[in-house]
Amino acid sequence: MSDEIRKPPRVGLFVTCLVDLFRPSVGFASVKLLEDAGCNVEVPMAQTCCGQPAYNSGDRDDTVAIARNTIEAFEEFDYVVAPSGSCAGMLKKHYPALFKGDAHWETRAAAFAARVHELMSFLVDVLGMEKVDAVHEGTVTYHDSCAGLRELGIAGQPRRLLSSVSGLEMREMRDADVCCGFGGTFCVKYPDISNRIVEEKTSNIKASGAETLLAGDLGCLMNMAGKLQRQGMDVKVRHVAEVLAGMGDTPAIGKGNR
Amino acid sequence: MQITSPAFKENARTALADPQLQKALVHVRSGFIDKRVKAMDALPEFDALRDSARAIKDHTLTHLDLYLERYEEKVREAGGVVHWAETADDARSVVLEICRAAGARTVTKGKSMITEEIGLNDFLEKEGVRPVETDLGEYIIQLRGEHPSHIIAPAVHVTRDQVEADFRREHDHLRPDRDLSEPEALLGEARRVLRAEYFSADVGITGANFLVAETGSSVIVTNEGNGDLTQILPRVHVVIASIEKVVPTLEDMSQILRLLARSATGQDMSVYTTVSTGPRRPDDPDGPEEYHVILLDNGRSSMLGTEFQDMLRCIRCGACMNHCPVYHAVGGHAYGWVYPGPMGAVLTPSLAGIDKSGHLPNASTFCGRCEAVCPMHIPLPKMMRHWREREFARGLNPATQRYGLRAWALFARHPRLYRLATSLALPALSFFTARRPRFRYLPLAGGWTRNRDLPAPPSRTFMQQWREREAEKQGAHA
Ligand code: SF4
Repeated sequence: MSDEIRKPPRVGLFVTCLVDLFRPSVGFASVKLLEDAGCNVEVPMAQTCCGQPAYNSGDRDDTVAIARNTIEAFEEFDYVVAPSGSCAGMLKKHYPALFKGDAHWETRAAAFAARVHELMSFLVDVLGMEKVDAVHEGTVTYHDSCAGLRELGIAGQPRRLLSSVSGLEMREMRDADVCCGFGGTFCVKYPDISNRIVEEKTSNIKASGAETLLAGDLGCLMNMAGKLQRQGMDVKVRHVAEVLAGMGDTPAIGKGNR
Repeated sequence: MQITSPAFKENARTALADPQLQKALVHVRSGFIDKRVKAMDALPEFDALRDSARAIKDHTLTHLDLYLERYEEKVREAGGVVHWAETADDARSVVLEICRAAGARTVTKGKSMITEEIGLNDFLEKEGVRPVETDLGEYIIQLRGEHPSHIIAPAVHVTRDQVEADFRREHDHLRPDRDLSEPEALLGEARRVLRAEYFSADVGITGANFLVAETGSSVIVTNEGNGDLTQILPRVHVVIASIEKVVPTLEDMSQILRLLARSATGQDMSVYTTVSTGPRRPDDPDGPEEYHVILLDNGRSSMLGTEFQDMLRCIRCGACMNHCPVYHAVGGHAYGWVYPGPMGAVLTPSLAGIDKSGHLPNASTFCGRCEAVCPMHIPLPKMMRHWREREFARGLNPATQRYGLRAWALFARHPRLYRLATSLALPALSFFTARRPRFRYLPLAGGWTRNRDLPAPPSRTFMQQWREREAEKQGAHA
C-alpha cells in the first residue's frame, strides 16, 4: 500500500423506494456499515426508484426516463451502493442494456454501472471487509434473494459477515436459493401462485428452527414476513444489514417501526 | 390443440386446489433437481460444453437455410423423402397422405412434442387412423384423454394410484387380483399391450431431437426403447421435426447430446440414442421401406433475426420448468398449450400469438433460475420481458394496470414530486394503521393482503429522517 493518505471513498447511497417508505432502519444500517468502513456517505435527494415496476411491466419509455434521472443523480460519486440485490442488479446489469444503440447514454450507463454495488458485495468484495463488530444473540437463517444471487453472485458475502457477529448461530434452511414468490408486481398480479410459493418458503423457514429470518432485499422480506405473520409464526424478520450494523434490537419487520 | 392460455389465472387456481396434482408435483420439485446437480458435478467441462453448444446453435441459426438444404439433399441421397410444411395444417395433411398411401389403419408414435403442437392425434382419429402412443407417459395420458403437462415427462402430473386406476378401467383383460402396486408392474402391463400394437402398425411416427445436415440423419433419445420399435417395425417411418432441430455435423450433435440428458433427467446419457438415415438398405437386417421427414416451420422462421431468435436454441430438456417455482406451483396444464414453464412462456406467444398467451410471460417472478440452468444459455427472463414490452406497446395488458403504472411513473420520473407525495402519503397511511404494526387489509392492496399481512410504514420516510439528521449535524457544526 502506498503511504499517501487515501481520501475516503465517496459513496452515494441508493436507498431504494421500499426502504425509503417501509423500513428506514435499513437505510440507516447501511449508512452505519459504510461509515464504519471508512466511507463518506451521501444520499442524493434526486433519487426515487430504480424503475423495475415499469421495466418489468414492459414500459420502456418510463424506465428509460427514470434510469436517466438515476444516472444523473449519482454521476459524481466514486461508488453507488444499494441495500438490495434486485435494485443494484437493475442499476448494474439492466441500465446498460436499456440504452443499447444510444451511444451517449450507453457510455454513461456503462460507466455508472461499473460503480454500482449491492451493499454486501461492496463491503466484502470491494472494501475487503472480513468481519463486523456486532452482537446478535440467537439463531438466524438466510434467504438468498434471486436477483442478488443470480445477477450479482451474492451468497457467500453476507454469510461470511454474519459468521463474525458474536452470539449469532446460522441455521441454513432447505432451498434457501429458491424464490420466495415476491417478484415485484408478480405478487399482486398472480396472488394465488405467489401465495403457494411463499408458503413453501415459510415451511422451510420454520423447519430450519431459526428465530430470525434474514435476507438482503426488502421486497422479499416483506413478503415472507407478511406470510409468516399471517400464519401466526413467531419468526422475526430483518434485513441482513440491520443485524450486521448491530441494529438488531429495533422492532422486526411487521412488528413496528421507528 | 385447443389453447386455454387466456384462462391461465383460472387454470392456476384449479391446479392449486387439486390435491392429486399437488402431490404429483412434489416429484418435480425434488427428483429432477438433485439428479441434475449430481450429473453436472461429475462433468467438470459442463460449462464449457454449454458455451460450445450455444455457439453451434447460433452458427446454425445464422445459416439455417443452408443447413436445411444440405440436410434435405442428404436425406434424398439416402433414399428418404423430405416434405416442407409451413403450417400445422400442412404437416397434418402430409401425414395423412402418407398414411393413406400406406393404407394405414394404425400408427404407432414415439414421444414427440411437435405432434402435440400440430394436434396430430385428434386429427388422425377424425380421419379414421388410430394413433397409439408408445412412450409410457404418453400412453398414460392418451388413455386419460389428456395432453402432456411436461415436455420430457408428459404424465408427471399423474400419481401412481391414478395410473393403476386408468389401467384397470381401460385394459379389459386385467384380472382384479393382478398386483400392480409397483411401478415396474405398471410398466410391464403397458409393454404387454404395446407389443401387439407395434406389429399391427403400418406407419411409425417419431419426432427428432436432432437432424444432422452432414449425413441426413434424424436422432431420437428415449429411455424405453419404444422409439426404436416405432421406427423399425412398421413399413413406413415418418419423422416430424421443426426446422431449428438441424445441426451441421454428427460431432455437433454429440456435443449437445452430452448436455441433454444431464440437464433433463440427470442421466449421463439417455438409455437409447437412435440415429436413422433413410429407409432400409439392401443389406440392413431391418428398418422401414419408406422414410419420410416433415420439416415444420409453424412460426419459427418469423423468430429468426428478432429478439426471440435465441429461443430457437432450445433442445427441449425441460430443466427450465423443473426449476421454475411457478411451474412447481401450478404444473404444466395451467399454461394452456403445448409448451409449459419458462420455455413455453417465451415460445407460446411466438407460435400461438401474444394476444392469447399474454399471461404466460407475465406469470414469472423473474427469479432467473431457468436461465441459470438452461444448458443452451437461453435468456428466458429477458425474452419474457420482451413479450411484456410488446404487449405494453400494443396496449394489450389490462387498463387498470396501465393507468396505475403510468400514474406511479409520473411520480417516479419527477423526484421532487415523488418526495412530496411520499412524505404526504405516509402520515395518511399511519393514520389508517393507528399505530398497529401491520395491515391485514388495505384498500387497493387486496392482491397482497388476501394472503399476507403488510408491514405498516413508519410515519416519515427515510429521506425525511435523513434530511433531519443532516440538518442536525449542520446545526451542531455551526
Ligand atoms: S429453454 Fe433451455 S432449459 Fe428450457 S427446455 Fe429449452 S434448452 Fe432446456
